[in-house]
Amino acid sequence: MAQLLTTADGRPLAEALAQAQAKSRRRAFLLVVPLLLFVLVSFVLPIGQMLHRSVYHDGFSANAPALVAWFAANPAGTEPDEAAFAALTEDLRGMQANRTAGEAGTRVNYILSESRSMFTRAAREAGDLVPPYRDAFEALDPRWVQPAVWQAMRSSSSAYTTDFYVVSADFQRADDGSLVRVPENRQIYIYLFVKTFLLSGLITLICLLIGFPVAHLLATLPMAKANLLMILVLLPFWTSLLVRTTSWMALLQGEGVINDLLVWIGAVAEDGRLRMINNQTGTIIVMTHILLPFMILPLYSVMRVIPPSYARAARSLGATSWTTFRRIYLPQTLPGIGAGSLLVFILAVGYYITPALVGGADGQLFSNMIAFHMDNSNWSMAAALSAMLLVGVLILYWLYDRLVGIDRLKLG
Amino acid sequence: MKKTLILSTALAGFAAAAQAEVTVMSWGGSYGAAQTEGHLKPFTAATGIPTRMVDSENPATPIKAMVEANNVTVDVASLEYADAIRLCDEGVLVPIDIAILPPGADGTPAVDDFLPGAITDCGVSTDIWSTVFAYDTTKFPDGGPTTAADFFDLEKFPGKRGLRRGAKAVLEFALMGDGVPASEVYDVLGTPEGIDRAFAKLDTIKSEVVWWEAGAQAPQILADGEVVMTTAYNGRIFSAQIAEGKPFQIVWDGQIYENEMYVIPKGAPNLEEAKQFIAYATSTEGLRQQAQWISYGPARKSALIEPLIFNDGKTEMAPHLPTYPDNMKNALESDWEFWVDRDAELNERFNAWLAAG
Repeated sequence: MAQLLTTADGRPLAEALAQAQAKSRRRAFLLVVPLLLFVLVSFVLPIGQMLHRSVYHDGFSANAPALVAWFAANPAGTEPDEAAFAALTEDLRGMQANRTAGEAGTRVNYILSESRSMFTRAAREAGDLVPPYRDAFEALDPRWVQPAVWQAMRSSSSAYTTDFYVVSADFQRADDGSLVRVPENRQIYIYLFVKTFLLSGLITLICLLIGFPVAHLLATLPMAKANLLMILVLLPFWTSLLVRTTSWMALLQGEGVINDLLVWIGAVAEDGRLRMINNQTGTIIVMTHILLPFMILPLYSVMRVIPPSYARAARSLGATSWTTFRRIYLPQTLPGIGAGSLLVFILAVGYYITPALVGGADGQLFSNMIAFHMDNSNWSMAAALSAMLLVGVLILYWLYDRLVGIDRLKLG
Repeated sequence: MKKTLILSTALAGFAAAAQAEVTVMSWGGSYGAAQTEGHLKPFTAATGIPTRMVDSENPATPIKAMVEANNVTVDVASLEYADAIRLCDEGVLVPIDIAILPPGADGTPAVDDFLPGAITDCGVSTDIWSTVFAYDTTKFPDGGPTTAADFFDLEKFPGKRGLRRGAKAVLEFALMGDGVPASEVYDVLGTPEGIDRAFAKLDTIKSEVVWWEAGAQAPQILADGEVVMTTAYNGRIFSAQIAEGKPFQIVWDGQIYENEMYVIPKGAPNLEEAKQFIAYATSTEGLRQQAQWISYGPARKSALIEPLIFNDGKTEMAPHLPTYPDNMKNALESDWEFWVDRDAELNERFNAWLAAG
C-alpha cells in the first residue's frame, strides 16, 4: 500500500519541500531586485523610450486637429474638398497663433522636401484668406492642390507612424501611399548597414588572428615575462580612446611617421605615399588596434586554465603539432574565442568615434548616420536607425546562441 | 568638528546657489577663444557676473537635446543663422526683445545700427563669418589659386583638398566653381539639374578630398600638409596666419557668408543675466572687442567707424573681414530659408554620394 510521506508535524513531504524551496527562491529574487531595478531604469527604460520615439512623432498631429479629423473621416485617396481646405486654414491660423508652424512643417518636410517653407509661409498668410479656400490656396502656392502634399500630411496626421522605418529601409511613399524604392542616388541605409556588419566581421577576424598568438604567448610564458607583456597589452587599453585615435592620425597621415619612414628607406616614392587614413583602411587599422585587448583578455583567461598535459599527451600518442593544435588545443579555447569575438563584434558594430575621426568618406559606419541625424535634430530618424542596429545585433546573438551556445561562453 | 563641517558645507552650498553665472556654449578653437577674450572676460570685469565658456562642434545639437530633456545648463549659445531660425520656430529658444539692445556708440538706435537681417525673433547677430578657401603658399611658389574654379582644377594645382563634411556651403561652392555667378546660385541649386551639376563638379575632385567637421580641423590639416588647399571658416585661417605665422593665403572668390547668432535656450538657468550678456556682447564695444581677436565682421555699422586693430597691436583687421568691399566681389549670402527647407533631403543625398565611395 503506497503511503504518503509526511514531515514530523504531519504535512505531506512534497508540499513542505515545495514551500521551503519557494521561500529560498523568493529570498534569492529579493537579493537580485536592486540589480533588476537598476537594469530596468538605466537600460530597458531608455531603450524603450528610444524605440517609442522611432514610431512616434506628433509634430503635425498635435498641431493640426481639424486636418486630423478630416483625414480620419475621409479614406486615403479622397480628393481634398472645400471642407479639407477650410480645416487647413483653421489649423494654419492656430499654428500662427501658437508659433507651431515650423514644427508641423518640419514633420511634413521629413516626407516631402520643401514643405516646411510652404507651411511657414501659409501660416503667415492664413489670417487673410477668405473662402473659397481651395482657390485661395491655389493662388498662394500651386503645390497646395497637388496630391503629394496631402499624402504627406495624411501620413503625418497620425502620431504613430512607420515613416521613419520606411526611410531607414531606403523606401518612400508614392502619391497613392504605396511603398516604392528611393532613387538610386539616395539609397544609403541598407548599403551602410550591410557594410557595417561586414567590416565589423572583418575587424573581428583580424583581431582573432592577431590576438590568438599573443594570448597564447601570455598564457604560456613564465610569470615574470608574462606580467611584463601583460602590461604592454593593458597600458594602451587604459589610455584614452581619443589619445589613441589621434596618435594613429599622426602615424598614418600622408606626412606622418610611417610614410616618412618608408620614403626615407626608399620603399615608396615621394609622391606615392601610402594613403592609410581618411579612408576605410584607416578605420580598419585603428579599430583593430583599439578592440584588440577585448579579444586578447578573454582568450588569455581561458588559455591560462588549459592544462598543458593534454597537448603533451596528444604528442606522445603521435599527433603532429598541427593536429594537436587543431584537435586538442583549439576546441578547448573555443569558449574564449566565442567570448572575444562576440565582444569585439558588438563593439565594432556600434563604433562611432573612430570612423568619424579617421574614416574619411568611405570608412563611415552605420552609427555615423545615427549621429548625423542626432546632429540635425531628427531624433525619430536616429531612433529608427538605432532600432535597426539593435535588431541586427540581437538576430546575430540569437544565431550565435543556436550555433555555439551562450552557455559555452567563458570570460575567464 | 562635526558641527563646523556641517556649517561650512551649508554655507558653501548657499554661496554656490546664490552665485548667478552666465554659461556660453560656442564652437571652440580660436573662435571660442576670441569670444572669451572679447565678450566673456570684459563682461565679468564690467558687471562682476562670472562667465564660463563651453565648447561644442555645433552648439545647435546639444542645445536642442538639453531643452528636450528639460535640463538646460547653458544660458547663451552661438548658432548658425539657419539653425537659430529653425530652433526658434520649434520653440527651443527664448524670444529676445530688441528693446534690451543698447544703441550704437554713435547714438544710432539698435534697430538701425545692426546690419539688415542681423536681429531675428530669438537671436542677435555677433558677427558675419564666411566659408572661404585657403591654400598653403609654400606648396605653390609660382602662384596659387585665385578663383573658386581653381579649387576644382587638379591639373594646374595638384594635391588634396579639404571640404566641410555636409551639403551646406559645399554645393553652392561647387556651383560657383563651375562658373555660376553668386546671384544665380540658389536659383540653379533649386532645380534637380542644378543639384546634379553640383555633385558632378564635386565628383571631379572626390578622390582627392579630405573631409573635415570641426572648425579647428581645417587649418590643422592644412598645417599638417595633409591637404594643399581647404575650405575653412575665414577667422580660423586668419588666426593661424597672423597669430601663428603660418604661410596660408585666403582666396575670397566664392566666399559664402552668414550671420552668427547669440541665442538663449528655453529654460536657461540665468535668464536675466543671459540677456544682460547678449546686450553687452552685441553692443558696439562688445563687437569691436571680439573683432580684435578674430577676423569676423561685426554686425553693427557703428563698430566699423573707427579702424579695427588686431590684438597684436599692428595688423589692421579691415582687409581680413568678409564684408571688406574687395572681398565681396563674388560673395554669396547663405540662404537660410533654402537650407531650413532642404537640409534633410540634400544631406541625405550628400551622405549617399559620400558613402558610395
